[in-house]
Amino acid sequence: MGMAAEAQFHVLAVDDSVIDRKMIERLLKVSSYQVTTVDSGSKALEFLGLMGDVHGNPTIQSASVSSHLHHHQEVEVNLIITDYCMPGMTGYDLLKKIKESSSLKDIPVVIMSSENVPSRINRCLEDGAEEFFLKPVRLSDVNRLKPHLLKSKFKAQQQQQHLEQQLPQQRELEQQEPDQPQQKQQQQQEKEEEEMESIEQKVDEQEQAVQSSVKRKIVEESLSPERTRPRYSGLTMAS
Amino acid sequence: MLGLGVDRLRADMNRLLAILFHQGVLDEQFLQLQQLQDESSPNFVFEVVTIYFRESEKLLRILRDNLSDREFSDYAKMGIHLNQFLGSSSSIGAKRVRNVCVAFRTASEQNNRLGCLRALELLEHEYCFLKNKLYELFQLEQQRSMAAGVRYPAQH
Repeated sequence: MGMAAEAQFHVLAVDDSVIDRKMIERLLKVSSYQVTTVDSGSKALEFLGLMGDVHGNPTIQSASVSSHLHHHQEVEVNLIITDYCMPGMTGYDLLKKIKESSSLKDIPVVIMSSENVPSRINRCLEDGAEEFFLKPVRLSDVNRLKPHLLKSKFKAQQQQQHLEQQLPQQRELEQQEPDQPQQKQQQQQEKEEEEMESIEQKVDEQEQAVQSSVKRKIVEESLSPERTRPRYSGLTMAS
Repeated sequence: MLGLGVDRLRADMNRLLAILFHQGVLDEQFLQLQQLQDESSPNFVFEVVTIYFRESEKLLRILRDNLSDREFSDYAKMGIHLNQFLGSSSSIGAKRVRNVCVAFRTASEQNNRLGCLRALELLEHEYCFLKNKLYELFQLEQQRSMAAGVRYPAQH
């Protein structure tokens, strides 16, 4: 699940409300975005600050951050969507901090609020927010994120290409990756099927051994094939 | 026979929803919630509403405790709790509960203890009503999916 397809965008959602986090996560996932949710501005900065550089240096995963990323994968956030009213650091404070950071200022920021305060909305837009959504946020709002994401991804790709020219070897390795997840999954499934077959074989052998012992009669009465054979139907394959 | 069961249950659900919309208990945000539910997240509405119940009951307890204390004076803090309740109610489409929160918030901004107490009673009543109706809806949904499941036997 962590091996993102090239076209997938990664959105960081910030909201102190459990319900709103669940809602925005679902809205974004339905729109095929990769999502990370955090419950505060400081956790958002922590997450962004540990992104590492474009070369993808390892990041530390904080326990309170819900994430779908592997350690070795390049962490890239294409958009930040944040609630305005949060204890401690407000969404506006977070916006300012992001725009003041040389490494983060190009990431588009969208602000959400349950309150329709025109002066607040204008201030956010003037200070760098791309959009301001009134809660409850709807799918039609999330659809408006696409152009901002495309712009951001394009910029990131340009930066990437610039660095690639300096590191040809690394790029070749990365290009092989999109095919590998499929192959790996298949290989893993085949492996597990083989393992199950050999386990079933062993169980059969054991049953036969038991039946041919001296206490045959008692064994036949007490042991039935259904009981000795483990149940496989409930097991799920690697997904 | 089973087919009729599924259709009848669906009709019951729709009727219940229509009544709740008509009474203003729910608004179109609840429909948005339903639209976000699909095969990849088949229990989404139930999950969100369950979180809502948990959070709401926590907040109601706090509000009740605050107002039971005659010495209580931190109406600013109460306003924050009310904003949370208001926001989450709005997010799931619980219109009447949300409206009571607005009135409650006004009373707390005026440091009006009596007004707050009255609002709290109304809030508890509306919340209770909403919870019962949503449980009714979920039961119907569960019965419907069970009946539909029997019609199309599961494949192993």
